[in-house]
Amino acid sequence: MPLKKYYDQAYGWVNERIDVDGIIGFMRHKEVPISTHSIWYYFGGISLFLFLVQVTSGILLLMYYRPGPESSYESLQFLVSKVHFGWLVRDLHSWSANLMVLCVFIHMFSVFFMKSYRKPREMTWMSGMVLLGLCLGFGFSGYLLPWNELSFFATKVGTDMAGSLPAVGDFIVRVIRGGPDVTGATLSRFFGIHVAVLPGIFTLVLAFHLFLLQRQGMSQPLSWDKLPAGEKKTMPFFPNFVLRELMFWMFALAVINALAVFFPWELGVKADPFASAPAGIKPEWYFMFMFQTLKFLPPTIGSIEGELVGLAVFSLGGLLWLTLPLWDRWTGTDAAKARYISWIGVAIVGFIIVMTMIGYALS
Amino acid sequence: MPQDPNSGRRQFLNYILGGGSLTFLASIFYPVLKFLTPPAANDAAVTAVDAGKSDDFPNDSGKIIKFGSKPALVIRDKAGEFKAFIAVCSHLDCTVQYLAKDRVIWCACHNGKYDLNGINISGPPPRPLLPLKVNIQQGTIFISKEA
Repeated sequence: MPLKKYYDQAYGWVNERIDVDGIIGFMRHKEVPISTHSIWYYFGGISLFLFLVQVTSGILLLMYYRPGPESSYESLQFLVSKVHFGWLVRDLHSWSANLMVLCVFIHMFSVFFMKSYRKPREMTWMSGMVLLGLCLGFGFSGYLLPWNELSFFATKVGTDMAGSLPAVGDFIVRVIRGGPDVTGATLSRFFGIHVAVLPGIFTLVLAFHLFLLQRQGMSQPLSWDKLPAGEKKTMPFFPNFVLRELMFWMFALAVINALAVFFPWELGVKADPFASAPAGIKPEWYFMFMFQTLKFLPPTIGSIEGELVGLAVFSLGGLLWLTLPLWDRWTGTDAAKARYISWIGVAIVGFIIVMTMIGYALS
Repeated sequence: MPQDPNSGRRQFLNYILGGGSLTFLASIFYPVLKFLTPPAANDAAVTAVDAGKSDDFPNDSGKIIKFGSKPALVIRDKAGEFKAFIAVCSHLDCTVQYLAKDRVIWCACHNGKYDLNGINISGPPPRPLLPLKVNIQQGTIFISKEA
């Protein structure tokens, strides 16, 4: 068949120059552990897939979106009501963004509970945490772009939090907002950050994260420490694991398509900087637990503003979480202490879920 | 160990190279940082605005109006007396509103409440609202910054 001949010729031409056979051979030899926890291995890949959906749908949205207080909302109104499949592209972008954050959280907690962050994977954990931070940055900056009432006030609240920092607070708020208030200048900055700054940094850190994964291979489950070598089952990364991962990607695509069709995102009411904040102001669901916790704090704790105490506790918690592999040193030596870490994780997950539920119940 | 006759020169060159690199980075980051810092807005000049006719405010109502770059809340209480505040919540910058059913000033973002003198009475706001002066001249309300 001539087509096969052309393919073989093209493959041979490329292979002669960059040794594609060598790369495939490397992937065939890479082994992925098979255990009862195998399902969790797929969430990192699903997050990667959702990121690719974000990039693709984001580029498409750029063809119509016009940033500015007089044009952002109107351009999205035009996009969802007049442009062919405009509603679909916008909903895919929003839904895949939300599911991506969810998958990244699941990925992070599965790595945490399987203790896969331990030596030699400290850098993989930390680069993953940077990626999580960037994901939240994407969410926060993207939330303002439709310039609707909800996003306007959520951004006012979110950016004003930085203002409670002593000495540098006001300066940081001015730099983030492009002035003392949330205005068109803020929208321009958030747009630039959302479509240029964050994607650039994210791609570099993601490349480093994936490089570490390829270099060190998949982490083995803890239960394997006591298993004899003969009982440790594995599958080749390529094609077995890759094909399974692709199946999950197709499933994820079907899910976000179904969500986009049956649960479209409302555009809401256009932001008016001179209107009162409407009832029911709330941030994206992944910021809800922080939002609700800060709501519960009294105006002052001792002589310090309650807000500042809350932010200091969250920042310290985030720092401890980021540096977890550096201080969790009880590997194998003290099982009871190692279990404490898992219980701390359970408490954190419980706190996030409970606070999120209270947040939605009260809003 | 015999001392390297070039060590002094080597160290000198290292200082030059290190100092040069730092200066090079500073020459890039300083302008970028200054560029990102927005110039001060020139709207401090607004000291008084016309808030409309007093007849347009029924008793026990509140209205948001523009006061320079900030929103201001003008309230006419049950007795017909006017009060005005910068409508920015002292908690996290949301715009407050008058809640007639409870006769309080309310912030929807975190359920903060102020009494009709702008004093924070419940929820997270740490400070009172910034009060404005109200003058009525021939039926027109003027609000201005307090001296």
